[in-house]
Amino acid sequence: MTALGVAQIVLLLAVVVGCAIPLGAFIAAVLSGRRTFLSPVLGPVERGLFRLSGIDPAHGMGWRTYTVALLVITAVHTLLLYAILRLQFYLPFNPQGFTGMSPRLAFNTAISFATNTNWQAYSGETTLSNGAQMLGLTVHNFVSAAVGISAAAAVSRAFSPASKGVLGNAWADITRIVLYVLLPISLLMTAALLALGAPQTLLGSVTVTTLEGVKQVISIGPVAFQEAIKILGTNGGGFFNANSAHPFENPGILSDLIENWALLLIPFSMPVMFGLLAGRARDGMALLATMALLLTGFALLLYAAEAGGNPLLHALGVSNLGGNMEGKEVRFGTALSSLFAASTTATSTGAVIAAHDSLMPLGGLVTLFLIQLGEVIPGGVGSGLYGIVVFALLAVFVAGLMVGRTPEYLGKKIQAKEVKLAMLAVLILPLSILGGTALSLNTASGLGSLANAGPHGLSEMLYAWTSATGNNGSAFAGLSADTPLLDYGLAIAMILGRFAFLVPVMAIAGSLSLKQSLRPGAGTFPTDGALFVGLLAGVILILGGLQYLPALSLGPLAEHFAMLAHATY
Amino acid sequence: MLVVLFTVLCGLALPLGITGLAGLVVPVQAGGSLVLRDGQPVGSSLIGQSFARPDYFQTRPSATSAPDPKDSSKTVPLPYNAANSSASNLAPTAKALIDRVKAQIGTGTAPEGGYAQDQMTSSGSGLDPDISPENAAQQVARVAAARKIDPARLRALIDEHRQPALLGLFGGARVNVLELNLALDRMK
Repeated sequence: MTALGVAQIVLLLAVVVGCAIPLGAFIAAVLSGRRTFLSPVLGPVERGLFRLSGIDPAHGMGWRTYTVALLVITAVHTLLLYAILRLQFYLPFNPQGFTGMSPRLAFNTAISFATNTNWQAYSGETTLSNGAQMLGLTVHNFVSAAVGISAAAAVSRAFSPASKGVLGNAWADITRIVLYVLLPISLLMTAALLALGAPQTLLGSVTVTTLEGVKQVISIGPVAFQEAIKILGTNGGGFFNANSAHPFENPGILSDLIENWALLLIPFSMPVMFGLLAGRARDGMALLATMALLLTGFALLLYAAEAGGNPLLHALGVSNLGGNMEGKEVRFGTALSSLFAASTTATSTGAVIAAHDSLMPLGGLVTLFLIQLGEVIPGGVGSGLYGIVVFALLAVFVAGLMVGRTPEYLGKKIQAKEVKLAMLAVLILPLSILGGTALSLNTASGLGSLANAGPHGLSEMLYAWTSATGNNGSAFAGLSADTPLLDYGLAIAMILGRFAFLVPVMAIAGSLSLKQSLRPGAGTFPTDGALFVGLLAGVILILGGLQYLPALSLGPLAEHFAMLAHATY
Repeated sequence: MLVVLFTVLCGLALPLGITGLAGLVVPVQAGGSLVLRDGQPVGSSLIGQSFARPDYFQTRPSATSAPDPKDSSKTVPLPYNAANSSASNLAPTAKALIDRVKAQIGTGTAPEGGYAQDQMTSSGSGLDPDISPENAAQQVARVAAARKIDPARLRALIDEHRQPALLGLFGGARVNVLELNLALDRMK
């Protein structure tokens, strides 16, 4: 660990938070239908889209209608994507002549993109045509991200004294997010990535003759635009198998800084938007502070693990200078690779610039743990916000138990119904993660998927279920994921992780929005100060994390100590 | 209806528009940053290629593979296969990783300070175009012997092609191997 490495991590995170605050305010304004600096350009487009699809933005929805709208648009897009993947042979822009995906893999991939997971059971450059990438995956990257942000906006509005059961109009929210937030930023990013070397062409591959006279076939395609929205929407499904480690997805250091910045940007802007829509800006900042502090800590921990290098290789005469570089690219080095690994797992993005399977045992532990915390520091676009609100409710509930008063959050009384729903949401995750891992490791098919033996094998399977349930999408990619067990099993985990969490949260929002807003009294626990930040961080770590400790001990921790004893598997 | 509009806008109109524009404004990058020698493409400056000859600087180990021509359900190793990027995905404690490094070291003796880390490890994409300056320096003796060139000239060449960390802070210092080897071929 060097001071230079620490500086890279802290500086970039500071820039992200600095940009996220104004962006959060901008998103709150857009979703409230107020004029912004983009209105003169995009206003007519917005009104045109509303008219063509018969949307009335002033028509408010209750929590049930709003949730159904989110489920409907997800379902329609999933079916459409499934059809595109199966029928890509008949679609245009298929220069390599790829045939349709198998039903099983197409099912897994369609669910994966619809739930904003973007688990890569497929390998981009060897199975997907340019047409399927653009029409299918790119579109989904926009829509699933917009669905997440809309849900977060609905939950935010529930806390506003003015809500009275109305959470906004889902169709208008989704349209505005795509139009005013995702498109402009992703277009700017596309321009930057293009200039820095990411290709954008309709060719499928180019062939060159290397200096040693060998033919090298280089896969290529419309990469830049898809890369931008993949990162910005915390999606993470790569154009190429190697994802953002591939030089065409992430050509250099500057492109990496831009991508790392962009994948954290919207998630960190969400608590700001939350505070403004709920009418309690300072409370939003407290959530932001909790997210930023925890992420910085975990990123540095991951970096410390990687910077030390692999003692087993050192024993063979390999220098430790630069840290563990297996699975990493020279242009990024260990500090930026560690920051990206922490960012991508903490945000449910799942894009990678280094092979997580080859991280040091403790580095891999941090990535696993960040997903298992429930994807809330800062979490995926939107989903992180409604996730951390659940934890905030539980934190005030815990504080209420300590002093014996009915807890409130932002002036809304938290009663048995809300706490039960919050616990339901929080308990779905370990059930799916630990249950799924245990189940699949007890089958021959599950064991046959493992690439590494010993405790690392357990980590691989645990990571797969963690990633699918957390809607992350990164992997300990040695695992052979395209098997019937994992294609179907993980697809179910993705649905549970997304919707079995979202629906109870929306129900909480519906219940809270009908309640009177109370004025803060002498017994109200302040939720906008340092004490609350500490309490919330504690609740996230203990409630979100503790249940995974046994599994983590058998996987990464056991591997760490085995490694110190120079054991190999 | 919204679904159709989004698909047309985000999936068709914009990607195609951007592709057209990119081809006009940044044709080199949009086409994959190809490097030409005597008018023929010899590679992409962003994509590493395999160098086996002793008179070239060598890229890092690569874990990419290709379908086995004899049995398409299996794969065979094909380093720097730019049509199928992938990492080794070997755990730090994997016996296969230790054996791979042992095999690469062979009977050689470690240079002072140890082999450069990136010389013995494979990259995340399997297509890393760069090596660290330390790695390049450790290959000077071999290349100089094979080309019968003064090692000092090679060290100067590496310095010339060394790309520093961004702002002296972000990322790692590196040398692009294809460009270094092209320069090597141009040396008299």
